[in-house]
Parts: sequence; C-alpha cells; structure tokens
Amino acid sequence: MALPIDPIIFDILTWLFILPGAVLLIIGGIGMITMPDVFARMHPAGVIDTLGCELILVGLMFQAGLSIVTIKLALILAFIFFTSPTATHALARACLNSGVTPKVDEEKSAALSRGGRP
Amino acid sequence: MLHTISLSIGLAALWWLLSGYTIPLILAFGAGSVALVVYIAHRMDVVDHEGHPIQVTWRWLTYLPWLGKEIVMANIDVVKAVLSPKGRVHTSVLRTKATQKTELGHVIYANSITLTPGTVTLAVEDGVMIVHALTRGAADGLKSGEMDRRCTAVEGAPGEDR
Repeated sequence: MALPIDPIIFDILTWLFILPGAVLLIIGGIGMITMPDVFARMHPAGVIDTLGCELILVGLMFQAGLSIVTIKLALILAFIFFTSPTATHALARACLNSGVTPKVDEEKSAALSRGGRP
Repeated sequence: MLHTISLSIGLAALWWLLSGYTIPLILAFGAGSVALVVYIAHRMDVVDHEGHPIQVTWRWLTYLPWLGKEIVMANIDVVKAVLSPKGRVHTSVLRTKATQKTELGHVIYANSITLTPGTVTLAVEDGVMIVHALTRGAADGLKSGEMDRRCTAVEGAPGEDR
C-alpha cells in the first residue's frame, strides 16, 4: 500500500535499524567464540536472539510497508521473542544434566554445589 | 469457555493474517482447521488459565516496555563485555528468590531473566531461581529484585487467575 510519504524516508529508517542489527550479530558471533565457557557463550548468543534479530526484522518491516509481509515479520518477531529464552534455557539444562558445570570467577557463589540438579 | 472463544479468535486471526484469502470456500477450510485445532487442544486439556493465560494479557502488555528497556541496557552491557573482556567478564552463579505464587508467574520471571542477555536461568527449585550471570552489572541488576517485583505484579493476585 502506498503511503503519502517519500519512500526515501523508509529507506533511511531501514538503514538505521539494519546496520546496528548487523553490527550486533557480528559482535555476538565474536563473543560466542571468545567467551571462556559454554555458559558464558550463551550470553552473546542472547544478543543475537534479542536486539540483533529484532532490529533487522524491524528494518525489513519498513521495506515491506503496510502489507501482509509486515504482519508476518511481526509474527516472526513475536515467536522468536517467546521461543529463544526457552531454547537457551533448554541448552543450559542439557549442559548441566550432562555434567558440565559453569566456570565461575567468584568462589563464594557455590550455588551449584549439588551438581546443579534440583 | 472464555479461553475457548479467545483461542478460536486468536487462531482465526492468525490463519487469516497469514493467508489473506477472501474466497468463501477457502475461508470455510480455514474455519474447519481452526475448529479441529481447538478440538485437539481440548482433548489435550491445555485450554485453561495456564496454557492460554488471557488473564495476564493487559498487565503483561504494560510490563513489555520496561522489559524492552531492560533488554536494550543488557545488550549494551554484554556488547561491552565482548569487546573488552578484561575486567568486565565476571561470571557467577547466583540464587535469587522468585516471589511469584503460580507456575505461570515463575515461567514469566524465568523467561524474562533468560531473555535479557547477561543472565540465563539454569534451574528453578522451590521458588528459587539459579541464574548464571556474565558480568557484575547483570548480577547486581538481578539482585536488586525489580524484575521479580514487576513479574509478580504481572501475575496478579492469586485466585484472580481463573
């Protein structure tokens, strides 16, 4: 649907969202390699899951305009928003259950003294 | 009953927004699929206050902007930690109390913790969340208990959720 606004505005908005999103994806990728252990690596992956992919999806919405594609992009955004923490949590539990314990920088935080199993 | 109506409307809206058809025959097929899914959901006994929590919808929508702000702040914190790990990365495992009464409240809280980068919920036991934090800032932010308070507010008063 054509809006009575210069389409260049939407192109600029798209750039403003997609560029930071892409930068966050790269930083998240670097973090997933450089972090010390598997639990610490989940946090940069969280950056990709949340702000990185959301900024890119919002940028794409400006390109799609007021159409059914934008609604589908919004649905993708909502589903990622709900499922990514579940996936991250499942990964963390799988690690704990297979005997991987987090490497911690703090001695007194021995909260997982029982092997992490509830 | 309210949950069934809400689920049917939600599914019908999803079907129509994804397909965009207005041909009567196709619409009838859509209505048939919605009816089938609602029937299966009933047989699975998941159409209740827990599987389809409409009672928290409005309070949850008011919680979203605050959560969005927290996610942005946490992202900046983790990005800083990735770019200059010296002195910033300080992994810890901590226990934090979850004051929510229902399992749904615990799910909202645990998912909120995991959704903010820098903190991942490892386990929930007896109203205590075991959380892995990447930086000191992430751990301190969780210890302040503001997210816990807000999630309890989203959950609402017990007994109201049916």
